[in-house]
Amino acid sequence: MRDVAIIGVGCTNFGEMWERSFRDLFVEAGLNALEDAGTRGEDIEALYVGNMSAGKFIDQEHIGALIADYAGLAGSLHIPSTRVEAACASGGLALRDGVMVVASGLHDIVIAAGVEKMTDVETGVTIDALASAADREWEGFMGATFPGLYAMMARLHMHKYGTTREQLATVAVKNHHNATMNPKAQYRKDITIEEVMNSPLVADPLRVYDCSPITDGAAAVVLAPAELARKLNDAPIYVHASAQASDTITLHDRRDITTLDATVYAAKRAYEMAGISPKDVDVAEVHDCFTIAEICAIEDLGFVQKGDGGPATEEGMTALGGKIPINPSGGLKACGHPVGATGIKQAIEIAEQLRGDVRERQVNGAEIGLTHNVGGTGGTAVVHILSVNKR
Amino acid sequence: MAVARLWRHIPARYNLIGTECQICGGLYFPPRTTCPTCRRDGKIIERKFKGTGEVVTYTIIYSASSTFRRQTPYVLAIIRLDEGPQLTGQIVCNPDEAEIGMKVRPIFRKLGEDGSSGIIYYGTKFTPLREASK
Amino acid sequence: MIGITSYGAYIPRYRIKVEEIARVWGDDPEHIKKGLLIHEKSVPDLDEDAATIAVEAARSAIGRCNIDPKEIGAVYVGSESHPYAVKPTATIVAEAIEATPDLTAADFEFACKAGTAAIQACMGEVSMGMIKYGMAIGADVSQGAPGDALEYTAAAGGAAYIIGKKNLIAEIEDTSSFTTDTPDFWRREGESYPMHGGRFTGEPAYFKHIMSATKSLMKKVGTKPGDYDYVVFHQPNGKFPLRMAKMLGFVEEQIRPGLVVSKLGNTYAGSSLIGLAAVLDQAKPGSRILMTSFGSGAGSDAFSMTVTDGIEETRGKVPTVAELLKNPKYIDYALYAKHKGKIVV
Repeated sequence: MRDVAIIGVGCTNFGEMWERSFRDLFVEAGLNALEDAGTRGEDIEALYVGNMSAGKFIDQEHIGALIADYAGLAGSLHIPSTRVEAACASGGLALRDGVMVVASGLHDIVIAAGVEKMTDVETGVTIDALASAADREWEGFMGATFPGLYAMMARLHMHKYGTTREQLATVAVKNHHNATMNPKAQYRKDITIEEVMNSPLVADPLRVYDCSPITDGAAAVVLAPAELARKLNDAPIYVHASAQASDTITLHDRRDITTLDATVYAAKRAYEMAGISPKDVDVAEVHDCFTIAEICAIEDLGFVQKGDGGPATEEGMTALGGKIPINPSGGLKACGHPVGATGIKQAIEIAEQLRGDVRERQVNGAEIGLTHNVGGTGGTAVVHILSVNKR
Repeated sequence: MAVARLWRHIPARYNLIGTECQICGGLYFPPRTTCPTCRRDGKIIERKFKGTGEVVTYTIIYSASSTFRRQTPYVLAIIRLDEGPQLTGQIVCNPDEAEIGMKVRPIFRKLGEDGSSGIIYYGTKFTPLREASK
Repeated sequence: MIGITSYGAYIPRYRIKVEEIARVWGDDPEHIKKGLLIHEKSVPDLDEDAATIAVEAARSAIGRCNIDPKEIGAVYVGSESHPYAVKPTATIVAEAIEATPDLTAADFEFACKAGTAAIQACMGEVSMGMIKYGMAIGADVSQGAPGDALEYTAAAGGAAYIIGKKNLIAEIEDTSSFTTDTPDFWRREGESYPMHGGRFTGEPAYFKHIMSATKSLMKKVGTKPGDYDYVVFHQPNGKFPLRMAKMLGFVEEQIRPGLVVSKLGNTYAGSSLIGLAAVLDQAKPGSRILMTSFGSGAGSDAFSMTVTDGIEETRGKVPTVAELLKNPKYIDYALYAKHKGKIVV
C-alpha cells in the first residue's frame, strides 16, 4: 500500500445559498480544489463524492454522473465517478474511498468531495430527511427526530456523569467564537451561554443553539500518492490513517447510549495505523452535530476520560489556545453542516491548519491533526489522521 | 408509506412480538431474522414481550417532522423491557412527569397516518405504570 | 346457559367541563347542567380513536379472565365512529388481542346500540355452538357538531364483553329487541357530524323503543321491575334514563349505580355497555340486572341477567369504571377542538 497525500483543497462558503444549485456548489468546490492543487481535469483519474440525501433534498439520484458531467469530467474524459453514502459521514467515507484507491495503486490522482443542498425543501421535509439517518421503522415511525435521539444521549450523559446544561452551552459558545474567524462559516457571530440556555427547546434538554444548522455547501480535496505529492504541490498534507467502524443503527441497541463505540473503534484503528496516541494530536475537527456530540466525541476519541468531556470543555481545554483545540473551523455547529460535505470540510480545515494557512484561528505549530465524522447517531464513524510530515 | 411495509410489522407493533435465539438465549426487539451474536449458527424463534419496562433516557420533542407536528410536545424515550431488550417509543404522560427509571406499561395508540385519506398506523406506546389501575 | 364470561371498559383521561363549552357558545352552563344532568365529558387523546379504545377495552376484558384469546371465535365492534368507512375495526382488535387468524370478525353500526346488537350476535353463535366465545364491543369517539347541543354530551369510551357458556360472571336469561324505522338521529355518508330531530329524539324514539323492548323482555322472562337490583339504560344525558326508569316503575336506587353519564358524557355505542360495566364492578353474586340499549334509527335491545359467584374472582385484575373516571385531565375548548380534529388544517 502506498502513502497518500492531500495536494489541494476547495470549499464553498457554507450557509443558505438561495441562488446556488446543488451542481453550482459542487463545481465551485471542485474547481477551487484543482486550482489549489495545481492540477487539471485531465489529470484526474477518479471522483468520489459524499452525499447523504439528494434523493430527498432535490429529488435527484445518480449524483456521481451528474457532478462528473457538470465538472467537465464526464462528457469527454469519462472519469469514473462514485457517490458514497453513510448519512452525515458520507464526506468522511468519500475521503476514505479516495485514500484507499490511491493507496492501492489503482489510481494516482483522484478527487474526494462532498456536497449537500438542503434548503430546496421546506424545513419539515429536511427534519424528516435527516431522521432517515436513524432507523426509520423503529425510531422514526415512533416519533424520533434526529435532535431527539441526541437529546436522549445528552439526558443520560447528564444523569450518569453530572454533565451540566452550561457545559453543553460552552461547546456552542466556543464553536461560534471560532467561526467568527472563519470567512466561510455560516454563523460568524459570538453567542453567550445565556443565549444558548434561553433559545427555544428543540428536544429537551437540547435547544436551538445546541443544534447544527441546515446548510448548503460543498467541499473537495485532491489526493495523490505521497511519492508524487511534492512534485505536484509544495505543501502536501499526508494521510497517516484512515479508519472506519460501524455500530447498531438504533441508539437503543447500543452497548452504552452515552458512548459512540463506532468512534471508539475507528479512533483505535486510526491511532494504531498512524502509530500515535490521542495526546499526540495537536488539533481536531470532530462531529459536533449537537453540543452533546462534541462532548461524547472528545471522550470517545480518547482526549479525555469518559464523563470528563463537560468539565474539560468548561475549563477551556478544547478552545483555541487550549491543550487540544477542537473544531477551530467553528465545527458543524457554527461553520455549518451540509451533511455530505462535512467530512471533507473537516479534512480541509485540518489540512489548512497543518499548512499554517488559517490566520487568526491558527493552532500554532500544529503538526498532527485528526478528523472525526459520524453517520446517524453513531452507526458509522470515520477517523482520519493527517500530518505535515511524510512517513 | 406503502401498505405492505406497515402490514408486515403488525404483530411486532401491536403486541411487541420480537425474537429469541435458542442457541445463545439472546432476546431481540424488533424481530431479527439472524442472531447478531451467533449469526449462521443461531436459531431464531418468535418471542413475545410483556411490554412493561423502565425508562433508560428520554426527551421531550418540541420540533417534530410533519407527521408528528400536531402532537408536540411529546415524550420520546428509550425503554428497557423487563426481559432485557431496549426500544424507542413514546410515553403518554405530562412532559414534566417523565423521569429516568420510571416504570412504564404498554398502551395501544395511533402511531401516525398517511394523511386524512391514507392508511392509519397503530401500535404500542407506553404510559407510566402508576396509572395502571389503583 | 349463555352469559358474560368477562368484560372490560376504557375511558380516555381527558375531560372538558360543560362550563367551558358553554363559555364558547354563549350558553348558560347552569341551564345545560340542570337540563342534561351532565357536568363534564371525556375527550380522546390526539392518538386515540374508536379502534384504540376498542383495543384497550378488549385487552381489559382479556386481562380480567383466564381464557386464551385463540378461543374467541368472533370479534364484533359496534361504533358510529369507525376510523375507516371501509376496513374493519374488528380486525385491528382481533390482531391486537392475538385472537387471529381462526375467527370471524365484523363491524356493527346501529347508532348507540351497535354494541348490544353485537352481544346478541355472539349469543346466537355461542348457543348454536358455532363458536366457544365471542367478543362484542361498543366503542366511540362520538361526534357532535361545534355549537350543537350534542357537543355537551358526545364523549369517548368503550366496553368489551366476552360472551360464552363457560366461566360465566353473569348469566343472560333472555334478550328482547324492539325495532322500527324512526329517523331521530342520523349521519349521512361522508359527513363529519350527525343531525338530529331535536325533541323528536325523545318520545317517539328513545322512550318508546326502550319501554317496548324492556316490557317485552320482562314479559318473556316473567319479571317485574322490583325483581331487579340494577337497571341500566342508554345514557344520552342524565335526565332521559332517570325518566325512563320512573316511567317503567323502577326506583332511583336501581338506576343510580350504573348511571355514569354526568362525569363521562354519552359514549354512544359505549354508553349502556359502560353503564353495565359500572354495575358489574359492584354487583354481588345473585344480583339481577336489566339493561336496555337504544340506537337511533331506531331500536332497543333489552337483556335480563343474573350475576354468578364467578364474578368475585375477576375483581381487581383490571381497572373498574370508577377507577377509569378518576384523575381526569381537564382541557379547554381550544385543546378539545384540536383533540377532536375540529380544527382542520
